[in-house]
Amino acid sequence: MFQKQVQAPVQAPLLAVRGLCKSFFGVQVLHDVGFELAPGRALGLIGENGSGKSTTMNILGGIHQPDRGEMVLDGQPYRPKGPKDAEAAGIAFIHQELNLFKNLSIEENLFIGGFPKLVRGLPFIDRRKVRTRAKELLAAIDLDLDPATLVSRLSQGERQLVEIAKALGSDARIVIFDEPTTSLTARETERLFGQIQRLKGRGIAIVYISHILSDVMRLTDDIVVLRDGHVVATAPTRQMTVDKLITSMVGRTIDQIYPPRASRPREGQPVLEVEKLTQPGMIKDVSFQVRQGEVVGISGLMGSGRSEMARILFGLDPYASGRILVDGQPLERPTPEVAMARGIAFLTEDRRAEGLMMDGPIADNLALPSLPNFAGGFGRLIERTRLGDAVERTGRDVQVNARDFVQTLVKNLSGGNQQKVVIGKWLLRSPRLFILDEPTRGIDVGAKYEVYKIINELAGQGTGVLVISSEIEELIGICDRILVMSHGEIRAGYDRAKFDRERIMRSAMWDSVTKGGR
Amino acid sequence: MSPADSRKIRLLLLQNAPLILFLVLVLVFGSLSERFLSPTNFMNIVTQAAHIAIIAIGMTFVLLVAGIDLSVGANMYASCIVVALYMKGWNPVFGFAVAGFLGLLFGAVNAFVITRLRVPAFIATLATLFVGRAIALYLSGVKMIPFGKEILLLGRTTWLGLPVPIWIFLLVFVIAWVTLRLTTYGRQVYAVGADPEAAAKAGIDVRRILFSVYCIAGVCAAIGGLVSASQVAAASSTFGFQKEFPVIAAAVLGGTSLFGGRGGVVGTVFGAILIQTVENGLVMINADPYVYPLVVSAIIFIAVLVDSLRTGMLERLERRKIRVETA
Repeated sequence: MFQKQVQAPVQAPLLAVRGLCKSFFGVQVLHDVGFELAPGRALGLIGENGSGKSTTMNILGGIHQPDRGEMVLDGQPYRPKGPKDAEAAGIAFIHQELNLFKNLSIEENLFIGGFPKLVRGLPFIDRRKVRTRAKELLAAIDLDLDPATLVSRLSQGERQLVEIAKALGSDARIVIFDEPTTSLTARETERLFGQIQRLKGRGIAIVYISHILSDVMRLTDDIVVLRDGHVVATAPTRQMTVDKLITSMVGRTIDQIYPPRASRPREGQPVLEVEKLTQPGMIKDVSFQVRQGEVVGISGLMGSGRSEMARILFGLDPYASGRILVDGQPLERPTPEVAMARGIAFLTEDRRAEGLMMDGPIADNLALPSLPNFAGGFGRLIERTRLGDAVERTGRDVQVNARDFVQTLVKNLSGGNQQKVVIGKWLLRSPRLFILDEPTRGIDVGAKYEVYKIINELAGQGTGVLVISSEIEELIGICDRILVMSHGEIRAGYDRAKFDRERIMRSAMWDSVTKGGR
Repeated sequence: MSPADSRKIRLLLLQNAPLILFLVLVLVFGSLSERFLSPTNFMNIVTQAAHIAIIAIGMTFVLLVAGIDLSVGANMYASCIVVALYMKGWNPVFGFAVAGFLGLLFGAVNAFVITRLRVPAFIATLATLFVGRAIALYLSGVKMIPFGKEILLLGRTTWLGLPVPIWIFLLVFVIAWVTLRLTTYGRQVYAVGADPEAAAKAGIDVRRILFSVYCIAGVCAAIGGLVSASQVAAASSTFGFQKEFPVIAAAVLGGTSLFGGRGGVVGTVFGAILIQTVENGLVMINADPYVYPLVVSAIIFIAVLVDSLRTGMLERLERRKIRVETA
């Protein structure tokens, strides 16, 4: 199963990155990041979510500019101002979300940036030349497809290979892969790996970013581990093991950033019971319970199915089989409206797009989901005074930092305060079950603490809480129980007494650890 | 039959819904009126459809980038009224050049407001719709303005057995088809419509593409207007009124998506002919004229419904999977 690695002798670096620093809005996300790329070698870049991998690669790809630090490409300083500069310098970036146009054919996608012309100076495309060049490129990656095929008809794996062909077509010397295998079948993955080996054989330098450590171990020659924007380990791959990688990725202690978990889950009827919930392509046989006053965490890597499961529970997406029970009563074919009527509240991952009306004042945002509860009497008009009081009370409860809730627009609040508004608007409904997807993403430590406190108090009042988070540490800090998802299934569950970062991480990387490959 | 198969069949039906509709209509009208199926009548339908088809070809460019232009009818009135008022006796070629230029200006104003001032296309072109009509009404003094003889002659002249309006329409069609299919520009229009962000990453000048499609729509509106002028003899105050409706409908009936990135001018021409067939058929069976708008809007409603069903289905088919199910 293991292919022989194409080992190139170590030569002068093709690209040297030194001392990269980058801050966003005053928060430093990269601290002196440095590494080297050599032709024909593959560098694995690993780290937890938010460790600075994407920022580093976005700087390489010209999407962001570094605050400090330098990059040297072939002995020349390399300062890309945009994606075009990166492309011209021979750096191709294959994103996790592929940048192909599904409505165009393979060959058109290969040349969309600049087609060969029939006559110089005239706009007509030389279709014949496009066809022959496309055939050559597809042959180079062993993709036996008609270049005229529409990309929408290709499988994920084939699309991935088309992206590689595009990189070859632009004469790339460095190809960056960002999580290329998450949506590939085992067969497609093998094929991709074969192609990556061939790219190395052509002297192309590879940067391979992945959470699947066994793949990184197998494909790469060197590994760089990032944690909190620092390079914490750089070593040749053969000196590394999956265990060592996990330890260096994690290596942190929990500081005093979580309020003490005071209340206990209550006995009796669970608020939420999920039995063998399945939706093909998304989740499979997911079963668990949330009791009154219990805080349950869902851990897992991006694309593990955690957010998809939450969306199904709230009725945003359908499910094929299984059962959902709320307070012992089945919730069949839920819609958000039904789920809300049954006391489920849902804080989405993307508060800007889904959770808030940015141009509205705080009060309107807080009131929105509860309007029916405050409508009464003749014509079911909204009782403005009663609503106003409740809004005011809730806003103070969650400590939204603004003087006037009616005047202040949500878009003028900080991220942390926006998040408190979203939480507040659901609290106003006194939910039975509160699902929070990444509740502290992008907010500062102080606001995080306040969000944790709200969660704590909510549980104290008997609400069941389901928290989804990429930060294991956060779940350990606030949950009574943690469930770990991977590939749409629940792989493990840990009670508070048995919380352990490494074990949770291992469960999340279930396939790397148990199978040593796919 | 597996669920996947039935989904494929449903999609196939949705993709070809306009064609099925067309065949059904031809059968219905054909059985109700003998004259309907005659070759002369078919030629009439195409001639009458020519101006809608020309304007709808321009609209196709706009729809392909997920934009919209509601001002085509106003543009057509404003551009043509100038020709009717000031260019009597001129060679019709000049008439077309001047109208085309004015249409281009009109389109460029739309494009500027949409791409530079970032006003949503719907609002921007709704505004220019009123502005355009107001200018035209002001210039004409709200009077019916007859077109010059040379324009009318154009409508009645035939060349190689085909009326001139059809030739003009064919010319516009071929240029549009070649542009969309065979030039870098055309393929980039499709790319921008599918995913503007990815298009920018691929080094495409997205703003330039967006700007240009509104200009193209403007030119086509003016040319279509003059073709229509050659058939109706005079510009009354309702010239081009509500033309955006059949024009957008023709493009959408022909399979161009309102959501961008899908469709083309061949379908648009078919859509224009379909709409004209309905009107013509209703005349042939002596239907009450007040029924026309009802029937036409019903067909347009079906077209838009089919487009949204089809888009929804394609989206579901293309959704990213987390798990790879092994059968």
